[in-house]
Amino acid sequence: MSDGAAGTDTAVAADDAGAGDGGAARPGPPAWLLGVGPLVLLAGLLFALFRFGPLGLFDEAFPPVEELTIERIWFPGPGVMKVAVVNGGPEAVTIAQLAVDDAVWSHELDGERTIGRLERRVITVPYPWVEGEPHQVVLITNTGVTFDAGVDVATTAPPVGGRYLGAFALLGMYVGVLPVLLGLLWLPFLRRIERRWVDFFMALTVGLLVFLGVDALLEAFEVAGEVPGAFQGTGLLLMGALGTPLAVNALGRARRNPDGTAAPFQLALLVALAIGLHNLGEGLAIGGAYASGAIALGAFLVVGFLVHNTTEGLAIVAPLARESISIAPLVALGLLAGVPTILGAWIGGFSSSPIAVTLFLAIGAGAVAQVVIELARFFGRRAESGLTAPLNAAGLLLGLAVMYLTGLLVTG
Amino acid sequence: MSDKSGDRGMSRRNLLRAGAVGAAGVAVGGAARALQQGASPEQLQGAAQLVSSHGHVASNDAVGDIQPGGFDPTAFLTDFDYGRVSTLADGRTLREYDMVAIDEDIEVAPGVWFPAWTYNGQVPGPTIRCTEGDRLRVNFRNAGSHPHTIHFHGTHPAEADGVFEIVEPGGSYTYEFDAEPFGLHLYHCHAIPLKRHIHKGLYGTFIVDPPGGREPARELVMVMNGFDTNFDGSNEIYAVNTVGFHYQRHPIKLALNELVRVYLVNLTEFDLINSLHMHGNMFRLYRTGTDLERSELTDTVTLCQGERAVLEFSYRFPGRFMFHAHQSEFAELGWMAMFDVSGEEAPVV
Ligand SMILES: [Cu+2]
Repeated sequence: MSDGAAGTDTAVAADDAGAGDGGAARPGPPAWLLGVGPLVLLAGLLFALFRFGPLGLFDEAFPPVEELTIERIWFPGPGVMKVAVVNGGPEAVTIAQLAVDDAVWSHELDGERTIGRLERRVITVPYPWVEGEPHQVVLITNTGVTFDAGVDVATTAPPVGGRYLGAFALLGMYVGVLPVLLGLLWLPFLRRIERRWVDFFMALTVGLLVFLGVDALLEAFEVAGEVPGAFQGTGLLLMGALGTPLAVNALGRARRNPDGTAAPFQLALLVALAIGLHNLGEGLAIGGAYASGAIALGAFLVVGFLVHNTTEGLAIVAPLARESISIAPLVALGLLAGVPTILGAWIGGFSSSPIAVTLFLAIGAGAVAQVVIELARFFGRRAESGLTAPLNAAGLLLGLAVMYLTGLLVTG
Repeated sequence: MSDKSGDRGMSRRNLLRAGAVGAAGVAVGGAARALQQGASPEQLQGAAQLVSSHGHVASNDAVGDIQPGGFDPTAFLTDFDYGRVSTLADGRTLREYDMVAIDEDIEVAPGVWFPAWTYNGQVPGPTIRCTEGDRLRVNFRNAGSHPHTIHFHGTHPAEADGVFEIVEPGGSYTYEFDAEPFGLHLYHCHAIPLKRHIHKGLYGTFIVDPPGGREPARELVMVMNGFDTNFDGSNEIYAVNTVGFHYQRHPIKLALNELVRVYLVNLTEFDLINSLHMHGNMFRLYRTGTDLERSELTDTVTLCQGERAVLEFSYRFPGRFMFHAHQSEFAELGWMAMFDVSGEEAPVV
């Protein structure tokens, strides 16, 4: 039960408080005892509740609450399908039978048929699935409750190995790395234009990032809905989205200008890091979708992605317009932003779960939020009325519009 | 319940998903196509190894078996309840039956339990058997948690019809009537809501033999039924005699050339009709069994809810022969069975 774990956390916190307060000389019992006292009472209350409380009445009155989540269905080869399930409910659940496409089917679990709370199983089904067609899986528990999920387009999952890694590396290069590097080539242009136009492009960067951040956040909310209940999708999302800006901010404190703003390279680094984290989440989504066959077809989309993601490169170099920087660190920034797409695709292809995707999308959104804050602060010091200056505001709106329009290109 | 097939709004991630293949197609060209479509020899070998190392071929079947000691569908096939027999003053035969409604969890497929309402703790209820003209006295007691009745098909007075005399939990009622006409009938609870009382398991077979009896045969009772285990208004498991796939896993043994008579009843709830299709043979069909003239020679019979038929056949070739619902969906969800015809001739009765 989680009650024990929660109790321990609180105990640690209480101990810290006690230690910090230890110097104060006051009559009466020591501070640590006062801190621990309520915890002892809480333990007693819990004991009384389970021993004498009314819980038994509810246990008898209602059937067990069963909750299974089918995380993933994939097809490792002809005639074999795999189903990953997680028990995110309060009670253990026993899978009695499994049906594929309305036919009860032989299958094997990689463990006990009874799945404990927060436990996971992979089910192997020797089923003659059909390339390119939809398939539906229903799990029947011992109480007759059913859980179902399906794939829209069945396709062989890429086998784990050199060819698989290579294919995703190339995919990530095209969708993530090369467009970003291409975007870096705007640096010489930025160096030739007036300062107010540089500000304009930095404001445009803010627009791009706001679009990316909001999009990632909405996406994270959507995937959070698929997270098994006990794993609290919303909780993961909050931790990722709030924790990441705090962490990035702490890292960024090291090198700052005397006036408190980040140094230009610092800003560029933050932008690249944020975009990288964002791309990691998207790589996960791509890999997971590819591995489970949940993908549509259409080669023209690559072109859309090339254009779409090139703007990410522009965002990185915008803060560097007046800086002298050699090629190597510049390329490093581009790789920092782009390579996570490949890593994400690898991880997602091996084992994508709504839990991981939610967390990483939220981290991406949080990272983007942190950069937007940094850039806004930067503008506050540098320009007269910051981002709300007419030209800068126009840049910001144009940034949003560019994302929107290149997005249209992707939708075709 | 999770449903991943539902529509999702177009978002950037979905676009990326869509783009993934396109990108792969352009970027990796042939390699990606090969990954998608072609099965490498290793994969094929992997699948084959799965079969051999686990001794397991892909099969449309349940896993595991039902718990021993409970309801045995094989025993039920030939289990006829003739009641407590005595002779009335007028010389006629009186048959007395005790029926109790009991709430009981039953196993409808290996490991899948259904909270049933039963007659005498089993689904279907006992097969009541008598001869035309017998006096029947059925003592019904309700030990369940809901009001129930027993409604018999056939000809009888209104007070023995089991519709208006609702028996409350703890109550009892005696149905008394003469068995007529001969034929294959059924009985079931007629309390409301009717659909739930029947689907929960309160039904059984009621056989009235013709006065001279039928030709000696190996007689089998088969009740086509289904179970909506998640109560969503459609059946998860279909079966003949309650346990999905039971006679596929435990084929019914028949002897060569022996006369077999199947009393087939349809008590499937939610679906309008059910059917039986037999392989490698044709059967003589006697609709409702109220006539001794066959109405058809066929290999498939379709029955609406509550309909029934007598089937007669004998196998001329040894071996395993399937019989199943000819609705493929019902068959694949459990209504699939097998006769195992031995090479031995049936002993002369
Ligand atoms: Cu009833």
